[in-house]
Amino acid sequence: MTRRLRNQLLDHLLHGAGMAATLLGLVVLGALLFDIFSDGLGRISWDFLTSFPSRRAENAGIYAALAGTVWVISFTALLAVPLGIGAAIFLEEYAARGGWSRVIEINIANLAGVPSVIYGLLGLGLLVRTLALGRSVIAGAATLALLVLPVVILSSREALRAVSPSLREASYALGATKWQTIWHQVLPVALPGMLTGMILALSRAIGETAPLITIGALTYVPFAPAGIWSPFTVLPIQVFNWVSRPQEAFLENAAAGIIVLLALLLAMNGAAAWLRDRFQQ
Amino acid sequence: MSSSTTAIPSLADVAQQSAESGAADTPTKVDVDALSFFYGEKQALEGVSLSIPANQVTAFIGPSGCGKSTFLRTLNRMNDIIPRTRVVGKVAIDGDDIYAPGTDVVELRRRVGMVFQKSNPFPKSIYENIAYGLRINGMAGARSELDDRVESSLQAAALWDEVSDRLRESALALSGGQQQRLCIARALAVQPEVLLMDEPASALDPIATQRIEELVYQLKSKYTIVIVTHNMQQAARVSDRTAVFWLGKLVEYDKTSQIFTAPSEKLTEDYVTGRFG
Amino acid sequence: MASERRDRIERLIERGLQACAGLSVLVTAGILVVLLVETLQFFREVSPFEFLFGTVWTPLFLQKSFGVLPLVGGTLLVSFIAMSVAGPAGLLTAIYLSEYAPSRVRRVVKPVLEVLAGVPTVVYGYFALLFVTPLLQQLIPGLSGFNALSPGLVMGIMILPMVSSLSEDALHGVPRGLREAAYALGATKMQTTVRVVLPAALSGISAAGILAVSRAIGETMIVTIAAGQQPRLTANPLVPIETMTAYIVQVSLGDTPTGTLAYRTIFAVGMLLFVSTFLLNLVSNWLRERFREEYA
Ligand SMILES: Nc1ncnc2c1ncn2[C@@H]1O[C@H](COP(=O)(O)OP(=O)(O)OP(=O)(O)O)[C@@H](O)[C@H]1O
Ligand SMILES: [Mg+2]
Repeated sequence: MTRRLRNQLLDHLLHGAGMAATLLGLVVLGALLFDIFSDGLGRISWDFLTSFPSRRAENAGIYAALAGTVWVISFTALLAVPLGIGAAIFLEEYAARGGWSRVIEINIANLAGVPSVIYGLLGLGLLVRTLALGRSVIAGAATLALLVLPVVILSSREALRAVSPSLREASYALGATKWQTIWHQVLPVALPGMLTGMILALSRAIGETAPLITIGALTYVPFAPAGIWSPFTVLPIQVFNWVSRPQEAFLENAAAGIIVLLALLLAMNGAAAWLRDRFQQ
Repeated sequence: MSSSTTAIPSLADVAQQSAESGAADTPTKVDVDALSFFYGEKQALEGVSLSIPANQVTAFIGPSGCGKSTFLRTLNRMNDIIPRTRVVGKVAIDGDDIYAPGTDVVELRRRVGMVFQKSNPFPKSIYENIAYGLRINGMAGARSELDDRVESSLQAAALWDEVSDRLRESALALSGGQQQRLCIARALAVQPEVLLMDEPASALDPIATQRIEELVYQLKSKYTIVIVTHNMQQAARVSDRTAVFWLGKLVEYDKTSQIFTAPSEKLTEDYVTGRFG
Repeated sequence: MASERRDRIERLIERGLQACAGLSVLVTAGILVVLLVETLQFFREVSPFEFLFGTVWTPLFLQKSFGVLPLVGGTLLVSFIAMSVAGPAGLLTAIYLSEYAPSRVRRVVKPVLEVLAGVPTVVYGYFALLFVTPLLQQLIPGLSGFNALSPGLVMGIMILPMVSSLSEDALHGVPRGLREAAYALGATKMQTTVRVVLPAALSGISAAGILAVSRAIGETMIVTIAAGQQPRLTANPLVPIETMTAYIVQVSLGDTPTGTLAYRTIFAVGMLLFVSTFLLNLVSNWLRERFREEYA
């Protein structure tokens, strides 16, 4: 009897501890959002969005960083999406199981676990120095493209795997070649799933700071990029720059910058969720 | 369109072929010799030999898992896309070995069309479902020509009247029976010579099934048809010849009337009378 | 002839796609080559022994010293703090979500936890420096403005969703039959979970934990912002320290000229970082494969 009681007590204890742990994550998320919004919401204004950084905190704005992020992420997408989808198609539709493709698969899984700052060193050593791309938009975009490539490949493969084999058979049975089948039948069906994966991968890239600092992206850039060879900064680097300053006013700017960054991420994740719901049957 | 074309053998070697096979009343279209098939280690077909006559309906029957689908899919090399499979033996269509090196598999599949058990229309419009095969095979031509071919294919599959006013709508909105006829129309559009059908009516209600059966009957004047079925009556109704499979082997192959009234094998008799299967 | 041309195009396309897939191998090779070249140059001037076992790290000072242990120590200290949050809390969250929570709760909580994983790390850095540290300073009087404790705790929260979702997958992977057998013997949920489900899912859960350690070691911005830039070999979480990742960022922010010894240090440190996370990922993958095989 007492034994049963004790067991029941322990059962409730585990239940309660589990609930508390789950709440911990949620509470911290709430505190984080509250802290940032209470610090930074007051700074959000049209001026803040359209001004260049300044040595005077109250004049400083996020425009250069916002433009830099748009530039860098666009080119990241331009590089990573075709390469990632191409690799995914090869691994999913062409490669025989085992052997070489197994090597590539393990390699991709491992790349997904490499710390992002290491990609920064790769970008620095290979892109910035050896290929002499300099600290440019294109060097930053290429670095981030390599960083998100494993994620893009993995999610594209998942989308391809979800396409019914009967569709492929139907196409082959009409005398379609492999590529015709993939291009006309498989890809259109897999596309929404792929897009969802891409958007999530790119939203990861948007938040990356360390690899871009490592390749030498500037922290103080009073202009928007003029092209792919232009020096640049991005939102998280701008935030980092403001956080590193002692003056209270710059910390407010940092919080406001974070709000802009989070809003951008929210928009992208919303788009991904919308795509998923829209095409999920 | 006249049915008289049915009776006229068009090839020069017809005489020779029918002399060889003797039993066939029309020229042989597909000739299979000692065919074995393996999924990895597992053998699914063992030494199957048979000749399928042109412009007739040949039915494959047998208990589940006996290799009917596998056999059907060796005839257009559809099994090629399954990894680690192996074929031994010979399949000749119009006398040409389709497993010979250098065979154009893509062209073979255009000549030997296929309709699957579960209808699998492309998630596109009705029109695009038909036009796809024409486009990829370079048969599309001008817009009006494409329209004509789409229409004639749908007519041949007895679907035109039901869909002519909604060609641009999604094929997935059609009923099950309509979808299956669309798949038949899609296969007919690329002008195959042989049409392979793997239990085309097994997922359909009796009325839709009847329509498919009528269609099969009409189509045989222009195509050589091979149909897999689980339904004994269906085999009896639509086919001229019937092949009975059992555990990867061909047990008996004869005129359908013969198979159902006076089978020479005990196994066949047991199966067609429903004692097992 | 038409078919020959068609086949040629098909082969060309296949080659192109294969090249895309092969690129991923080149990326790995690129990482290895870049790190190796600079690291070997570095070891021409500094002995590997001094690097790996030295206890003073002052490559940017006049009085140079290249013992990496203070950076390793700082990294381990922060990771340890992070794991003491993420490990237990992540596992308990997983147990709650997979064994106790009604499915309605799970449907709401899981995506919200995912949000935690999607927040950029620079945001966590801000939070650690400007919210958690001041809060902790009120509880712990001796806490300096930069310290290992606050970023460690915040990092723990950041990797919590990863631990919980991978552990939950592992718990889900345990066959229902095992659970039902325990319930049939009159065991409570707690007994079933602790005595049957957890042991069965152990390799999967360990895989999650090890992957989390690897993530903690490689995490950069939280520690760069909130832990300080003072390499020191200490187990005291209340004073400023520096991690391997933060050091790389610190050097990158300055304008250290290419080809100098100081410039090469970041590649040597990067190599150490790469090798250690790579090994951890391998072990984690191996454990996960083993778990999958057990219940395939
Ligand atoms: N892709 C495959 N891989 C391995 N074995 C297979 C595969 N497809 C079929 N088989 C096996 O080959 C044998 C023949 O299968 P097949 O599908 O040809 O039978 P069937 O006569 O069409 O059966 P049913 O009437 O159920 O459709 C079966 O034992 C089956 O398990
Ligand atoms: Mg079958």
